[in-house]
Amino acid sequence: MNTESTTQPVIEARHLDLTFQTNDGPVHALKDVNLTIDKGDFVSFIGPSGCGKTTFLRCIAALETPTGGSLTVNGMTADEARRNRAYGYVFQAAGLYPWRTIAKNIKLPLEIMGYSAAEQDERVKNVLELVDLAGFGGKFPWQLSGGMQQRASIARALAFDADILLMDEPFGALDEIVRDHLNEQLLELWARTEKTIGFVTHSIPEAVYLSTKIVVMSPRPGRIADVIDSPLPKERPLDIRDTPEFIEVAHRVRDGLRAGHSYDD
Amino acid sequence: MKQVIAILTVVAVIALIWYAACVPMNIKGVLSELERGGAEVEPPTTSARRGMGEFGLVVNNTFAIPAAWEQKKPRLPSPHQVVIELWETTVEKKITSKRSLIYHGWVTLSATMLGFVIGTGLGVLLAVGIVHSRVMDLSVMPWAIVSQTIPIIALAPMIIVVLYSVGVQGIIPKAIISAYLSFFPVVVGMVKGLRSPDAMQLDLLRTYSASRSQGFWKLRLPASMPYLFTSLKIGIAASLVGAIVGELPTGAVAGLGARLLAGSYYGQTVQIWSALFAAAILAACLVGLLGVIERTVLKRMGMAQ
Repeated sequence: MNTESTTQPVIEARHLDLTFQTNDGPVHALKDVNLTIDKGDFVSFIGPSGCGKTTFLRCIAALETPTGGSLTVNGMTADEARRNRAYGYVFQAAGLYPWRTIAKNIKLPLEIMGYSAAEQDERVKNVLELVDLAGFGGKFPWQLSGGMQQRASIARALAFDADILLMDEPFGALDEIVRDHLNEQLLELWARTEKTIGFVTHSIPEAVYLSTKIVVMSPRPGRIADVIDSPLPKERPLDIRDTPEFIEVAHRVRDGLRAGHSYDD
Repeated sequence: MKQVIAILTVVAVIALIWYAACVPMNIKGVLSELERGGAEVEPPTTSARRGMGEFGLVVNNTFAIPAAWEQKKPRLPSPHQVVIELWETTVEKKITSKRSLIYHGWVTLSATMLGFVIGTGLGVLLAVGIVHSRVMDLSVMPWAIVSQTIPIIALAPMIIVVLYSVGVQGIIPKAIISAYLSFFPVVVGMVKGLRSPDAMQLDLLRTYSASRSQGFWKLRLPASMPYLFTSLKIGIAASLVGAIVGELPTGAVAGLGARLLAGSYYGQTVQIWSALFAAAILAACLVGLLGVIERTVLKRMGMAQ
């Protein structure tokens, strides 16, 4: 590590390409993606399906391997970062193990990473409080609502000390009311934990409400159409969505989406 | 309650068809016996009756119908004969008696259980190998399938003869035949079960950079449990068939298979049918027991509600 490590970006992508070879020829999932994410940023990736937003997140998580360009996570390659357990990943579905209670589900990464039993209990207690699920540790997943399950899966990603949280449309399958509530809680959690968050969504209000930086992407080939630094304050009550600033940012996101999307295909 | 009525209805219908079938099946024998006993039957000679159809004989001699349900060595014994035989050879015989079905059932059951344990263990091990090794996936699975296409009735005598020549006899050869039949459903079910976690679940473990063995113990194995129990239920029934088949070619003196064989040597159809029913009841009990274990285990795991 060099002395600049404190100011070094957490995630840095330079000319990142990812091409899948399929039977119908190559598919350019990502083309010339350049992006810098600093510590403590809340970055949303928004765009129509096929724009590569999930693929980019999976590249950061080293679940996909780019075919060109460079990508560093915490100054390491993405795969080294994965092996150093640099991030927690939240999938679209909660993916809790049905044979484990909520507490045991949250312990899963801790068991794998070899935390002591006492430490595991301590951490489970903390993260359950963090996601407002204290008292539900002994329940099985099927006894919880969809929103609570997704909160449990966020707790699972927070349980170990990764300072990056990657979320792939975590609230995509939930209804509007639950979603609003979870968005509010997520902002609170972000303020308390000071994590760097990468968040994939296809909802414009969600992206604008949550993010300090909004990355608008467009498909075929998957690329970045616009990067918007949000002028909104860090403190965001739900009714901030009615302010002119919010509407202006949302407007710019919509313009970016429209410009990048060709409707002829 | 509704279920009980449904089951009883089916049983009643089967019994009715069975009783009806006894009459034409047994009529020729019954008429011969009656003729020998001095009764007037129509037509009166065996040679004349030989050319006639069974239904014609029944119509001509309706008085003989009750006797068709009470023959000593019928072609097709009637339901109550089988039930009485089952009762006499289980409840009324001491279990040490060579005529006790409990005794014969136990001989078969012990071979079944040993074979089932061997087969299940082998099946699980093969499944683990197949899931984790591409080479095993390509090489073992075709052989496992081929092994099940060979009729066990052809293979069983060879297994027994070969093992006898190296000095192995008694319960072991039967257990091996039993295991041969029961490992296959376990392999197929476990392979499916161990592969049941979806891509997302596997990706999640990758994000923790979990090892293969952690993935196996924490994800694949627990996820395969419902599949395992389904396979075990098929496997244990196959085990029982294996043990019975293993008793047939040896001229075995004990076991349900031996009862079947002895019954067919001496034309004791009632004994054959009661042994068959004993085997069926035994299989039903074993499968039912596994069902109870399945529910208990899955409930304790939190996978059943």
